[in-house]
Amino acid sequence: MATLELGLDQDVAIVSVRRTRRLGLLFWTAVGWMIFVFAVAILAPVLPLPSPTDMDMLERRAAISALHWLGTDGLGRDELSRLAYGARISLTVGLLAPVIGITIGGALGLLAGYFRGRFEQLVVGSMDVLLAFPPLILALAVTAYLGQSVFNLTCILGVLGIPAFMRVARASTLTLARREFVIAAQALGASHARILFRELLPNVALPLLAFFLLGVAVTIVVEGALSFLGLGVPPPISSWGSMIGEGRESLEIAPQLAFIPAIAMFLTVLSFNLVGDTLRALTDPRQGAL
Amino acid sequence: MFGFLARRLLYLLPVLLAVSLLTFLIASLLPGDLAYVILGDQATPEKVEALRHDMGLDQPVWWRYLGWLGHVLQGDLGRSFRTGQTVLQAVAERLPVSFELMLLAEIGALAIGIPLAVACAVKSGSAFDRFVTGSAFGMLSVPAFLSAILLIYLFAVQLHWLPATGYVPFSEDPIGNLRCFVLPALTLALGEWPVLMRVLRSDMIATLQEDYIAMARAKGLKPSRILLVHALKPSSLTLVTVTGINIGRLLGGTVIVEQIFALPGIGRLLVGAITTRDLIILQGVVLVVAFGYVLMNFIVDMLYAVLDPRIRHGHA
Amino acid sequence: MTAAPLLSVEDVSVDLPTPRGNLRAVDRVDLTVGAGRTLGIVGESGSGKTMLSRAILQLLPRKAKPSGRVMFDGQDLARLDGEALRKLRARSLAVVFQDPMTSLNPVLTIGTQLVETLQEHLDLDSAAARKRSVELLAAVGIPAPEARLMQYPHQLSGGMRQRVAIAIALSCEPKLLIADEPTTALDVTIQAQILDLLAREQRRRHMAMIIITHDLGVVAGRTDEVAVMYAGRVVERAPTHALFKHMHMPYTEALLAAIPKIDAAPHTRLPAISGRPPDPTRPLKGCSFSPRCRYAAGRCHSEKPSLALAESPAHQFACFHPIGLAAGVSA
Repeated sequence: MATLELGLDQDVAIVSVRRTRRLGLLFWTAVGWMIFVFAVAILAPVLPLPSPTDMDMLERRAAISALHWLGTDGLGRDELSRLAYGARISLTVGLLAPVIGITIGGALGLLAGYFRGRFEQLVVGSMDVLLAFPPLILALAVTAYLGQSVFNLTCILGVLGIPAFMRVARASTLTLARREFVIAAQALGASHARILFRELLPNVALPLLAFFLLGVAVTIVVEGALSFLGLGVPPPISSWGSMIGEGRESLEIAPQLAFIPAIAMFLTVLSFNLVGDTLRALTDPRQGAL
Repeated sequence: MFGFLARRLLYLLPVLLAVSLLTFLIASLLPGDLAYVILGDQATPEKVEALRHDMGLDQPVWWRYLGWLGHVLQGDLGRSFRTGQTVLQAVAERLPVSFELMLLAEIGALAIGIPLAVACAVKSGSAFDRFVTGSAFGMLSVPAFLSAILLIYLFAVQLHWLPATGYVPFSEDPIGNLRCFVLPALTLALGEWPVLMRVLRSDMIATLQEDYIAMARAKGLKPSRILLVHALKPSSLTLVTVTGINIGRLLGGTVIVEQIFALPGIGRLLVGAITTRDLIILQGVVLVVAFGYVLMNFIVDMLYAVLDPRIRHGHA
Repeated sequence: MTAAPLLSVEDVSVDLPTPRGNLRAVDRVDLTVGAGRTLGIVGESGSGKTMLSRAILQLLPRKAKPSGRVMFDGQDLARLDGEALRKLRARSLAVVFQDPMTSLNPVLTIGTQLVETLQEHLDLDSAAARKRSVELLAAVGIPAPEARLMQYPHQLSGGMRQRVAIAIALSCEPKLLIADEPTTALDVTIQAQILDLLAREQRRRHMAMIIITHDLGVVAGRTDEVAVMYAGRVVERAPTHALFKHMHMPYTEALLAAIPKIDAAPHTRLPAISGRPPDPTRPLKGCSFSPRCRYAAGRCHSEKPSLALAESPAHQFACFHPIGLAAGVSA
């Protein structure tokens, strides 16, 4: 195509310049926030915060004060403390559920992409069936049958994430299995297990990790939505979602009760999305960067 | 064209079958509960056993599945023991509401996303482009229920322009009906437009580099025609796919919004069934929704072929 | 020829900013084309010939920075505002691109792509436009033209598609047609047909034409004048027959020698030009062709030759050691 015969080289140069600039201020701020939230969640019991369950009926829906840094909620409980303890729940579900997804889904995808054939068809087919269900509805239905608990919630959200991780792992494996280093290993007589663990897994792990972070963001949102409706974590345990749900009652008189946990959730989800997205762009094996 | 259709339909059948199986299996996880739940506080071990036998719950799972499937194929999805309505009746009542919501939401998302995508593609790389793309990314981190309370706070609580909850049937009062849908549809649209915008923008930027666009300019056609006819059509493939998949996805997304805004749709029906432990309705609705989802993907595949004649003729 | 030329390219340059530095794709080119005359622009890949055509057509990529004047029919195209330029297109200035698979919109029918041009510029209603489209398709030698209107580009063969592209270009009776490598993407057997078609239509309509190609064989016998480009500059310009009779540029000589000859003995070695064109972001101090030139010596490496006159003002070249001449007379 004779338009810009000179053009191709230039474009490649432009793309690689832009890639390395992406780990900028925004990226590190997001990482910082993630670490901050994580730290607060872990350290909540040892931090100098009032108990999140102490009710003070005289100080209900109080404004920001020296005693209560973020005010109090509808039952007089300290908002900041509730926020910190809420982070524990949101992050527990948010981090553990994708772990289920990445281990099971990642393993299935790796094996399916490597061995191909009937096994792959079976795996992909069953994932398609699982994907045929709108995830929220499936989560609602299962918690209805199994009962509401943090454990059940984590399990079902984890299972719902399996197809997505399977797809990512399989896609990466399909691209990588044809690369020279795999063919070389096979030529040297390496066993399947060795190839899977030594050659493929380290390379597939990178895009999976990026996807994991995105999975955390999605899980926090879904758990938040369920808890918002009262159908997620069982009361009196409260995550950010339940706090927002409770705050909805007092939108007219004390909107901050809904908006404070909302902002916390938004910033956290945004951070995970940012970091995950950036890492995904950097580690996608289809770009040929590896 | 028909060969294409037939092949895709054939693939659909095993998927639908597997979906029905999975739905049934989930429902039959705790069969004892169903009889227990129905009897409520009148349950004694003997009565539970008797009811279980009556309802055929002591049969093996696969037998019950085939029985149920047989009923389903004849159009009988069961009857709620709470309200006495059949599943189909309940679904038929609620489905139009959910559809109206989904449709309006998707239209809203397209109305926001398409113009922004076209503008960004034309001004690609500019400050405007970066701002819109950044906002799109940010919006993806705002879940529906957050947008919902924000919108409710702004428009219902502060400005009193729109109702926070409630539903009026279209046949009764069209304007009132649409007013009830503005906030819910907008909530969903705010969550959907970023994906649509991104996909269209990216395809359009690629299309605008193509030779046939340079040719269209060389022919001296109006810029609006070049954008909207020459550039938009070949760029819409991914957009249509994503829109279709989104509409399917919205089937699940309306649950939250219907609950928040008290719209009597499928989502609300489902949540109600869960809280009242109306397990037959639950099973039936999940089946209907999953079927709809699969069908939606199928329709999207068809649309794809219509939009790109090369696929129709087997080229691409 | 006493009238002013239809197209006069005056001191046109095109700069492209790239991460590796500024790229001078076109370097101070002067050209003219008279009404009804044909100019051939010959050069290898990277010579800047396509950039030049885009500069003339005002279809440069956004990042490109043009300079100079492009006088067409008395107006400077570079200074015209968007709307005025748009109205000029198709009616006065038309183009045929190299690859008809990519220059025709794949999701629109042939009919749509013809009719829209006609309706935009000639203000015809759809029935009249359709009729005219059928006539045009027949004129360019496409069988069953009515049926073609409903077809899509991918349903036609390469040669047919290019005929369609030509039909579109000719549809509004342009005064100048620029054909950018019109046959490069086509089968060798079809090439001659397409070139003959272009020549025939040009004669019939008294249209001016510019044929851009890398193949000297294409311009022989089909053009009135030839300009040879190398590394963004015009290095030789002459009436066609004069060029082939007495070429002065070593580059032109090498180009001609590189054309396979049907009457050469079998397995004759094809004298290819060794080396590659210079990196356009790092222009050479001396003559751009000197690294590859058989006759290069001394001055060639340190000074850039400017266009000088040969035996007639119509024949110009840029070389310190022209073939067949002691030295040129300064232009």
